[in-house]
Amino acid sequence: MSWEVVIGLEIHAQLATNSKIFSGASTQFGAEPNTQACVVDLGMPGVLPVLNKQAVNMAIRFGLATNSEITRRSVFARKNYFYPDLPKGYQISQFELPIVGTGELSIHLDDGAEKVVGITRAHLEEDAGKSLHEDFINMTGIDLNRAGTPLLEIVSEPDMRSAKEAVAYAKKIHSIVTYIGICDGNMQEGSFRCDANVSIRPKGQEEYGTRAEIKNINSFRFLEKAINFEIERQIDVIEGGGEVVQETRLYDADKDETRSMRSKEEANDYRYFPDPDLLPVVIDDDDIERVRDELPELPDAKRARFVEAYSLSEADADVITSSRALADYFETVVTEAKGAEAKLCANWVMTDLLGALNKSGQELQDSPVSAAMLGGMLQRIADNTISGKIAKQVFEAMWNGEGDADAVIDSKGLKQMTDTGEIEKIIDDIIADNMAQVEQYRAGKDKVFGFFVGQVMKATQGKANPKQVNELLKTKLSS
Amino acid sequence: MHNKTLAELAQGLQQGDFSSVELTQHFIDRIDTLDKTYNSFVTVTSEQALQQAKQADEQRATGNAQTLTGIPIAQKDIFCTKGVRTSCGSKMLDNFIAPYDANVVEKCNAAGAVLLGKTNMDEFAMGSSNETSFYGPVKNPWDTNAVPGGSSGGSAAAVAARLTPVATATDTGGSIRQPASLCGVTGLKPTYGRVSRFGMIAFASSLDQGGPITRTAEDAAIMLNVMAGFDERDSTSINKDVPDYTAALNDDISGLKIGLPKEYFGEGLDTEVGKAIEAAIKEYETLGAEVKEITLPNSHLAVPTYYVVAPAECSSNLSRFDGVRFGHRCDDPQDLEDLYKRSRGEGFGAEVKRRIMIGTYALSAGYYDAYYLKAQQIRHLISDDFHQAFNDVDVIMGPTSPTTAFGIGEKTDDPVTMYLSDIYTIAVNLAGLPGMSIPAGFAQNKPVGLHLITPAFTEAKLLNIAHRFQQASDWHNQAPADIA
Repeated sequence: MSWEVVIGLEIHAQLATNSKIFSGASTQFGAEPNTQACVVDLGMPGVLPVLNKQAVNMAIRFGLATNSEITRRSVFARKNYFYPDLPKGYQISQFELPIVGTGELSIHLDDGAEKVVGITRAHLEEDAGKSLHEDFINMTGIDLNRAGTPLLEIVSEPDMRSAKEAVAYAKKIHSIVTYIGICDGNMQEGSFRCDANVSIRPKGQEEYGTRAEIKNINSFRFLEKAINFEIERQIDVIEGGGEVVQETRLYDADKDETRSMRSKEEANDYRYFPDPDLLPVVIDDDDIERVRDELPELPDAKRARFVEAYSLSEADADVITSSRALADYFETVVTEAKGAEAKLCANWVMTDLLGALNKSGQELQDSPVSAAMLGGMLQRIADNTISGKIAKQVFEAMWNGEGDADAVIDSKGLKQMTDTGEIEKIIDDIIADNMAQVEQYRAGKDKVFGFFVGQVMKATQGKANPKQVNELLKTKLSS
Repeated sequence: MHNKTLAELAQGLQQGDFSSVELTQHFIDRIDTLDKTYNSFVTVTSEQALQQAKQADEQRATGNAQTLTGIPIAQKDIFCTKGVRTSCGSKMLDNFIAPYDANVVEKCNAAGAVLLGKTNMDEFAMGSSNETSFYGPVKNPWDTNAVPGGSSGGSAAAVAARLTPVATATDTGGSIRQPASLCGVTGLKPTYGRVSRFGMIAFASSLDQGGPITRTAEDAAIMLNVMAGFDERDSTSINKDVPDYTAALNDDISGLKIGLPKEYFGEGLDTEVGKAIEAAIKEYETLGAEVKEITLPNSHLAVPTYYVVAPAECSSNLSRFDGVRFGHRCDDPQDLEDLYKRSRGEGFGAEVKRRIMIGTYALSAGYYDAYYLKAQQIRHLISDDFHQAFNDVDVIMGPTSPTTAFGIGEKTDDPVTMYLSDIYTIAVNLAGLPGMSIPAGFAQNKPVGLHLITPAFTEAKLLNIAHRFQQASDWHNQAPADIA
């Protein structure tokens, strides 16, 4: 039988607020345990939550960026369950009335096709703390630094039909939340994590199959692997005559498999009810317009503009606009490169810069070569100070901290040779020393031309202008 | 000194008739000798009180006295007090030293008050007789075989026994007014949102409200001036100016329209209590008020509605008491489940467990709509009843409680009868309105309280109405025979 895969994602994006969603404590990552938990985060008797307005604005920003409905009166609810890292015995979340309602966004698939994925809702909630099982003998440590960190839970419609689509959607959400500055997108630190609801059904069947939810996946690669594993598992179960049970599963990256965590029967009754400590969140047109004015250019708009303004191909524009930081880097390079073609800039950013970063395992913000430095170097290509080939050397030197392009060109004497007389003299010597090859060339063996170019470049240590060398060689060899 | 009101004591301190240290020592001595009988204090902070009193005297000497500078007060043990045990009447918090001050405590401190100690209360404010306290029942100073009412029984008894001039209290379904009534003192529950709930250990968040228990309406006005006000740490506190509540106390009340809900004078009301209330209403008529019968048609739904909403909220509010971070933890927990079950099983008393179970049930999947949601809808109807009534009258009056103080142990086996002792007060919390109980006579030689209800944020008017009665009557000056 042939199966159709149905996937919906729940993405938890940690909001980049300065303080927690219901207290004034800092949200900084990596502090000593329990140093960023105030009496409110500790769930002390008598404390009360006060909503962080910055978190509300960020949720509105997300709603606007995804053409979603903004709920004019949303309500915080308590989700009741016991867990040691959940200080109050309930999580403040939103249930019936989330701050962001239905919306949609389009994703670009590998084959160039576009697909629209529905957003069901996005709601604000607080994160729990962490249970630490290492370093404690027969005990568990509790770190409540993360407790109360604001999260936006973004729930999609079950619109994805393959792991690749799910990854494309997750990447799109990732790029939107980082573009609009509401999430740092750091997946290692857990700022952006996905739960995937996966089910299969016979092709053509309208009714959904029973789904399994894979929790807390913290990389795009794992997302793809976890879903693919789960699809295979479900097919095996059904084709083996069994039934898929509704349950929560965990993805084990080391073993590349999903494992059952708890079934529906063991699921909690969360006893949701509106939190009487918090008033409904009322948002009016003015609030929405104010947030709209602050909204930066979104990925799709930027991509279209790059294709238009910089004549980039769709594929190049996709890569360059995949993150706001990279797009900003690219635009700075173009500005600083004064006169160099945008296409050249894009190539250097995509190939040399990203290649070097990839090789060294660094992030863009840690790049030793700033956008201004790369732009400055490309300007030297454009004004014929150096050739593209020499530029590779310059880039490497800049990467190794030897200064900006001009400094490197100067100290290494890489300035291109443009004096025709000087180059002619070198060519004459080479022709005189290699008469055999000259004969071959004149006899029609064009390939030998490359040999001469190589000889000239070798003699000039690559500094001769390749175009000039070509022209002069042609003239001299033909005469 | 202990027979003086807060207003009189403030004047005495101002005039130098006595120092705060003398005054404070006097009340500490009274607590030491008398409270063995009443059990109205859970914690007495003698040393700290004398220290504060000394500072208060120094401050007064520099001419910087505040409203309460040097006045000894008691805080209900539901308000967090930094560095002082805050038990909420529960074994669960018997070992809990609060790391911060409640807003009410901060405000009293800023106004210069001296903290005598923390008063006894029903466990987590759940009770109408003060018998659910981990620290044992409080005795009513008018009859030590009778209960003082609850949950602020310790505060009411301490004021009645002249162990403190005033005390703070909280009211979720009548917990200020009912004990004030049963102990023959004045109790004010302000409008929901008037006094910050920050640092007040939550029972039912949408109903809880702090207020004072005092001897007179004038003292209640002075206390409300200190306690009221917007607090940005409490999202449900209302950002509304605080008037000087003493300013209008003496306003003329002739022409005042009093509404008497017929539902508050029916079956269940003790005949003698009813007579005392009628006499008090007559007194108002001689002061120029007009009386009118009104109806609050949904009154009979108040108690059942309350016993869905309050337990539902408490079942969630009390989840934080899990033995993990503070409070009681069982010995040698075997695993997480054991830790939870035994810590909570040992830490909470029977009434608290009963309400957590009722609330958990009411919020469960499949029951939520039928109970919690329905109760919230009825709450609107009850609120509407009051709005309707206030179109015609300025104040609603009736008995605070259907009976006078009942015997200790009399109703402990019958929770429903116990719950009915708040039958007249509960609707006021559901509607978020201000309410007061003032002494209005005696029945079976025990105090009777008159219940006054006015529209939201009209505490100044409410205090004015109460004060005028106290100017014309002597009930509030009566003291239990043993006291004097």
